[in-house]
Amino acid sequence: MSTFAVVVFPGSNCDHDAYHAMKHVLGQEARFVWHKESSLDGADAVILPGGFSYGDYLRSGAIARFSPIMGEVARFAAAGGPVLGICNGFQVLLEAGLLPGGMRRNRRLKFICEHVHLRVEQTDTPFTRLAARGRVLRIPIAHGEGNYYADPETVAALEANRQIIFRYTAPDGSRDEAWNVNGSTAAIAGLCNAARNVVGMMPHPERACEAALGSEDGRVILESAVVALAAAAAGGVEQRAAAAQP
Amino acid sequence: MIDQQTIEAHGLTADEYQRVLEILGREPNLTELGIFSVMWSEHCSYKSSRLHLRKLPTRGPRVLQGPGENAGAVDIGDGLAAVFKIESHNHPSFIEPYQGAATGVGGIIRDIFTMGARPVALLDSLRFGSLDEPHTRRIAEGVVAGIAGYGNSIGIPTVGGEVAFDESYAGNPLVNVFCLGIAGADALILGRAEGAGNAVYYVGAKTGRDGIHGATMASAEFDEKSEEKRPNVQVGDPFFEKLLLEACLEVMRTDALVGIQDMGAAGLTCSTCEMGARGGSGIEIDVRRVPQRESGMTPYEIMLSESQERMLFIVRPGREAEVERIFEKWDLHAVRIGQVTGDGLLRVRDGGALVAEIPAKALADEAPLYDRPASPPADLPRRQALDPGALEPPPPAEALAALLSSPQIASKRWVYRQYDHMVRTNTVVPAGMGAGVVRVKGTGRALAFAVDGNGRYCYLDPYRGAQLAVAEAARNVACAGAVPIGATNCLNFGNPERPDIMWQLARAIDGIADACRALEIPVTGGNVSLYNETDGEAVHPTPVLGVVGVIEDARRVLGRTFRRAGAAVVLLGDATPELGGSEYLKRVHGLVRGQPPALDLERERALQRLVAGAAADALIESAHDCAEGGLAVTLAECCFQSGGIGVDAAISEPSGGGDRGAAAAALFGESASRVVVSVADGREGDLLARAAEAGVGALPIGRSGGDRYRLAVGGTTMIDAAVAELERVWERGLARYFEDEAA
Repeated sequence: MSTFAVVVFPGSNCDHDAYHAMKHVLGQEARFVWHKESSLDGADAVILPGGFSYGDYLRSGAIARFSPIMGEVARFAAAGGPVLGICNGFQVLLEAGLLPGGMRRNRRLKFICEHVHLRVEQTDTPFTRLAARGRVLRIPIAHGEGNYYADPETVAALEANRQIIFRYTAPDGSRDEAWNVNGSTAAIAGLCNAARNVVGMMPHPERACEAALGSEDGRVILESAVVALAAAAAGGVEQRAAAAQP
Repeated sequence: MIDQQTIEAHGLTADEYQRVLEILGREPNLTELGIFSVMWSEHCSYKSSRLHLRKLPTRGPRVLQGPGENAGAVDIGDGLAAVFKIESHNHPSFIEPYQGAATGVGGIIRDIFTMGARPVALLDSLRFGSLDEPHTRRIAEGVVAGIAGYGNSIGIPTVGGEVAFDESYAGNPLVNVFCLGIAGADALILGRAEGAGNAVYYVGAKTGRDGIHGATMASAEFDEKSEEKRPNVQVGDPFFEKLLLEACLEVMRTDALVGIQDMGAAGLTCSTCEMGARGGSGIEIDVRRVPQRESGMTPYEIMLSESQERMLFIVRPGREAEVERIFEKWDLHAVRIGQVTGDGLLRVRDGGALVAEIPAKALADEAPLYDRPASPPADLPRRQALDPGALEPPPPAEALAALLSSPQIASKRWVYRQYDHMVRTNTVVPAGMGAGVVRVKGTGRALAFAVDGNGRYCYLDPYRGAQLAVAEAARNVACAGAVPIGATNCLNFGNPERPDIMWQLARAIDGIADACRALEIPVTGGNVSLYNETDGEAVHPTPVLGVVGVIEDARRVLGRTFRRAGAAVVLLGDATPELGGSEYLKRVHGLVRGQPPALDLERERALQRLVAGAAADALIESAHDCAEGGLAVTLAECCFQSGGIGVDAAISEPSGGGDRGAAAAALFGESASRVVVSVADGREGDLLARAAEAGVGALPIGRSGGDRYRLAVGGTTMIDAAVAELERVWERGLARYFEDEAA
């Protein structure tokens, strides 16, 4: 069993949802980490949850990135630890420079809460390894500032490095600007860093883990992390076992 | 010192001022006059309605807290309580729609967590003028954005509600917000000040000059100068309230508090004297210790400010440091501003100087009480007269399209898409689909709640209209599979000093009382909003009922849409040919006339129990209340958002029909106590047998399936249309007014 640290910023409001999904739906260890703390206390993975950190009155995530815990999150990420930023958590990752690009207000300037369709573009990250490439997931969004922007060079680099993980598409998985719900550059709904261990996404997988809530498509993302961590742990055991041999 | 003009400017009558003199035994100073004026305002004192509100049934086996506290509470099993209330923010929302609505949300949320409950859901009941008016569109956009801005940020899902449109609300929109929270049944915290010497603390936002006399403003009519009252509207800060919410809930878990109350209307004044009065104590505070946002504020301004996101609480002796530490964790600074006393007085100091000294009970409980004259409006007989036979009905398909595209009936997606209705991952019925339903984590249960009102019905007959509001809210909850267990009400009326308005108010309260008694749904609290008038024109009398129900097995929650093709469709309840007050009359013939639908409360109760029972035993797969737009619209809504499942249904010619209006009444009449259900495979016989046993009419009318909507009356097909076509009309009905969302 792996331990997931759910970071709580003042104004986080999906922290309990992420905790519930990891602990009660997926049966993992989950623990809240207050933003003023400076240690992740041995967690195996980090989730930056959704919400309105510091009210997001300035720019989403702009203040949260200065929280004491973020230094530790950056170190954890640099060491290859899996980090998932959901919605506001994604915005915090962008502001912290752990992922490239920025967020603008949604194309039509209004908050949007509804289920959207995402196509899985890449599977070699800790949060997509169980998903088939091209699979279309139905997962909710809930944001006012999810219109991802990056300049053309950055987007070209993201494409070249296969860092675009999820795109907004039509239900059948076809690219169609009408289904690019918030107007994001290249219909980007989620991306990873160059090392592929840090993933940010605007849609909320933790809201799509139980049939009672209307979709279970988010499970594959969180379960991927569980499997990735288990594999890493097993690999670690094998390595240690190998190292112990004369 | 206090002259006639000052007394009038504070909204006190000569009699009321005389009473102030008697209570004090001397002349009040200006601060004291201000305190009396807000506490004795209609908004805080309920002086016109209190006498009538006493008729409401407030007790029941599940009631843990009735009216009189910050919110009501009912037992939902597993040692948990549902804490809920509805409140209006009509006047501020007209003056400044975004902030008016936002602070309405913030205020009701505070009422709920003040009781020790974690707020888990919001609903709104909104009423605007006609969307053809640009001004109304601006108000509607602002109100919806304000609700979204506050609710989304603080992270409490807005899971449903209602939006209605009628010209009578053009100059005075109604913004009623309902909030529900969950608390330990034995851990409710009350707004009481007890224990002389206990510390009185202030925590939250600093006090500014915003909202001074907000409660007084909410107790007066509007005129052309109302826009000038904009500075009276407070500004909300949902982030700050989120901190306050988390910090307060954490403090409450320590058992260190004696009592707590939020500062809503009349701010520091109301919270101090109400807490003192409830606990039979006095409170002494020093306004100089109150954190202030602006310099040079007078004691008068500090006591009357309605700055948002502030709380007052009393700490048990010796626990002060512990409480302060928790607030510090959330970057909040709790300040000791005074103490509880044993003398029953609200005593306000400004440093060393005594600036006010008034018996707390006199302010809170001994406000004037009026039995205002009431008489029916002179034109009531004309309103109630209707001859449907004289109307030329349009082709049914045209009428259905007109109704589906009416903003009143059309999809509210444009609204609820702006609300985060999923946060907290408890929302088990999608927003916009009838009652709001949230599961209660850690139990197998779910809670359903609905807010309903119908100003048109009440305009035609306030007594029956109010009963119908109770019945519809409860029926909506039953359609989700829940047993209704408690209600809250928000009474929106005009100026009670006018006998016709007072008559409407009194009759409506009678209606609510009788309906709640018959349906065995106790009223645990609510709110009265009077003086909803602009330039002498009152809104339609609009009591809004919020009803809460419990579903024992969350897996049995029902939605309104058909779940599969081939299910038997059954109409439960009986129809009589009636069109009075219907959306059809308004939309198609431009009339608000006639008698609202008849209501037999015994039948209503039997129907609701039948539906909830059939849901619990999985006899039915969907249930939808037959309301505005009648059977024709209800059936269409059962098809919408189902993935395109159609319906083929037929009903017989209504008895007593024959005239030209008979088919229209059968299709679009709004007879009460009816529900359209789709039946689980092979359970039709069981359902019909149960209905017969319960004395509820049950008519198999057809089957779900195909991609067309077909409805026949008396053997003649009245409507035959593609579901996709109808759904498009319904989807665009409201959104079309807000062109930026065209897509």
